[in-house]
Amino acid sequence: MNTILARLNALFAFSLSVTAAVAFACFLTTNFLDYTQKVDIDVNKVVIKNMEEFYVGDRHDLGHIIFTLKANFTPVFNWNCKELFLYLMAEYETPQNKLNQVVLWDHIINRGENPVVNIRKRSNKYYFFDDGAFLRGNKLQISLHWNIIPNAGYLWRVPGGGSIALDLPESYGTSRI
Amino acid sequence: MDIFSDLRRLNKRQVYFQVLNFAMIISSALMIWKGMMVATGSESPIVVVLSGSMEPAFYRGDLLFLTNYRADPVRAGEIVVFKIEGRDIPIVHRVIKLHEKADGKVKFLTKGDNNEVDDRGLYKPGQLWVERDHVVGRARGFIPYVGIVTILMNDYPKLKYAVLGLLGLFVLIHRE
Repeated sequence: MNTILARLNALFAFSLSVTAAVAFACFLTTNFLDYTQKVDIDVNKVVIKNMEEFYVGDRHDLGHIIFTLKANFTPVFNWNCKELFLYLMAEYETPQNKLNQVVLWDHIINRGENPVVNIRKRSNKYYFFDDGAFLRGNKLQISLHWNIIPNAGYLWRVPGGGSIALDLPESYGTSRI
Repeated sequence: MDIFSDLRRLNKRQVYFQVLNFAMIISSALMIWKGMMVATGSESPIVVVLSGSMEPAFYRGDLLFLTNYRADPVRAGEIVVFKIEGRDIPIVHRVIKLHEKADGKVKFLTKGDNNEVDDRGLYKPGQLWVERDHVVGRARGFIPYVGIVTILMNDYPKLKYAVLGLLGLFVLIHRE
């Protein structure tokens, strides 16, 4: 340990080991916690139309949903949770596809920002096109999920409690949503 | 200088020993990498995030651990790493729309968290969906910053040669 180079080498190796140990500790201490939370979902209005889908070229059913969402994510944040990625998902079945999953809305909450979600009468963020024209009279299962992005560790995807079933209208609507 | 006096004292046996040592290190590294490929089912079990399209979750230089188990179906909200035909650079984005048929055939649409629009503009012309075969793996674990070395070495290729050259020199010459 009598040259600068040897000392730098030892310092570098030691800091590398310490950083690895801290990252592992972050992972171990927070990986097995319960990240579930109760969520309140309400649908205020649903309209289905039929129009040509951009890029695709075919006429597909387009759903438009206005919803209300209430949840409190304060207990979910800890020293290892740097971001919470929330996504509202609609799941349904059609004669053409056994499983369809569409993300209607998403939101990012970083650690330090307001963890209470209070969304009232929000429109879906992304176009809800079906892969066909099978939305009329169909039944949706709408639920909120979240993705835990850690400082270091496993990327959990947690399904939220409080999913609701929504019956879609039997015919196309004409309202100007 | 220590290095040159060591060099003068090397004889044939020691040279062979050093070369074999070097080969052992290389093959152990290769075994670990291939072992991980088998264990995770992914052709590339560790990827470095190359773009800022998933900020603030992932920044350039972060490392992702992937798995690609066939029995585990892809679901909306998952972060998938996929390749577009004709391009080798893998893309790390989130699945926002998914349609699966009764026989298991699945197609999905992806979007980066930090992008305004979905990825249809990124796909091959005429391609509308990503399929299971395009998927390299799904992100399961995350560790920040560690991949910066790869990005620096890609952006400055002279640095890559310098580092590799120095490493090789030290391993071959140093007696330990």
